[in-house]
Amino acid sequence: MTTNADTAIVRLEDVRLAFGQTEVLKGIDLAINKGDAVSIIGPSGSGKSTLLRCINALVTPQSGRITVAGTRVDQLTRESERIALRKRVGIVFQQYNLFPHLTVLENIVLAPTRILGVARQEAEKLARELLEKVRLSDKANAFPGQLSGGQQQRVAIARALAMKPELVLFDEVTSALDPETVGEVLWVIRDLIRDGMTSILVTHEMRFAEEISDTVVFTENGRIVAQGSPREIFHGNDNARIRQFVGGLSGARGSVRDGEGI
Amino acid sequence: MTVVTAQRPAGRRVLRNIGLVALPAAILAWCLTDLSLGRELMQWLPYLASGFAMNILISLCAMVLGTAVGCALGILQLVPYRLVRAPIVSYVQIFRNAPHLVLIFATTYIFPFEIVIFGNYIAFPDWVKAVIGLAIPASAYVAEITRGAIQSIPTAQWEAATGLGFSRVQALRWIILPQCLRRSLPPWMNVLASITMGTSLASLVGVHELLHAATDASTAVRRLDFTVIAYVVVMAAFFALCYPIGRLTRRLERRFLPG
Repeated sequence: MTTNADTAIVRLEDVRLAFGQTEVLKGIDLAINKGDAVSIIGPSGSGKSTLLRCINALVTPQSGRITVAGTRVDQLTRESERIALRKRVGIVFQQYNLFPHLTVLENIVLAPTRILGVARQEAEKLARELLEKVRLSDKANAFPGQLSGGQQQRVAIARALAMKPELVLFDEVTSALDPETVGEVLWVIRDLIRDGMTSILVTHEMRFAEEISDTVVFTENGRIVAQGSPREIFHGNDNARIRQFVGGLSGARGSVRDGEGI
Repeated sequence: MTVVTAQRPAGRRVLRNIGLVALPAAILAWCLTDLSLGRELMQWLPYLASGFAMNILISLCAMVLGTAVGCALGILQLVPYRLVRAPIVSYVQIFRNAPHLVLIFATTYIFPFEIVIFGNYIAFPDWVKAVIGLAIPASAYVAEITRGAIQSIPTAQWEAATGLGFSRVQALRWIILPQCLRRSLPPWMNVLASITMGTSLASLVGVHELLHAATDASTAVRRLDFTVIAYVVVMAAFFALCYPIGRLTRRLERRFLPG
């Protein structure tokens, strides 16, 4: 199955998924072009993270078509095929999930050497370049437990990039962080998007989403309620529900930090 | 005040090691007050030592075998196929709850005293049977330790590994098991201490180990005070072997489980 002269690197068509009786995704249609940054926003429990996990086959929907870089993800039946896909799609989690028994450098080197078979020396060189990129060159030999949340999350981003993915999924990567360290992580992601990395972000950082996104997608109750440019979603939107959500969050940001999704 | 605080750690150290010092000191004092007893003991000491070497040999072999088998069983207990899991779970439950002595008797009398391989008769000595008898419960304990350690690793670690493209086996090998190692070391050492003490049971099936040697010696010497001191030596020897293991375990536990 190949895509026909299609510029979309990710395409979801009528994706439906339920965990038991609970419908989480109720028919999602979404197309993402190569090099784009797409932010998915919406209230907690609206299926944002599940949507992200469908793209790299961490969860499999009951129906619908998912195409990622020419691969029909929904038709993958063997674990080896899913693994082949995941090597090309990076994912960064809310809780960083670094490997606590390995140093920062080893965290980054592990997957390229053990899975892609990259030579140790080459992998280490790339890892050091990535650490420079996320501004943590001096922490190469530290263990994750010795780093702040923001530093750990930047290592997690470097670890995902070490596999040289075609796109990166960011799953609420700043939701577990101290307010002071959110900025340093967003900085790194902003750089990455400027370099042209296709990125899909589930986020509650509205201002950041507005600034870096090519497209913003608003989900609620397992459906995409609206999608468009940041300007359309954040300013020109006549949908009362979206205005309420966006307004409520940005209003709260000044005084009390949004605790949703943490 | 400063004197007290300076002395306290030293005092605690003496208290901790009193067992290691007290038993040998008592033995020595007794031998010095009754020199004929001391001479007798000196004569038998090499024989007792050869017995003790057998205890160490059985313990090491049983733990190496039990650990290898136990790790494999512990991992297989988590395999998603019930047909694989069920027999292993039964094995673990049965042998974790079986007295060591029963297993040593069982292996001694079930296995033949020699095996024939391509027409060659190979002896199957009793001590090897004792090794198997102790390796069986050791493997059951180690299987539970391994299973528990794997399950104690947060699922987020599996998810992170999967997200990077690791297969389940690769994730286990490179990410999960290395983290299990430090967690399972303290309980593993408890098993080591328990199996080491269990090696004395091999005397009951005629293996020449320390307790057996002490019985031999007391039968030969036929002196009540010698019989008593011989068994005190046995106690001191086991204590000297097992107590440091326990101490090291406690130290490791403190280091690995903060708070």
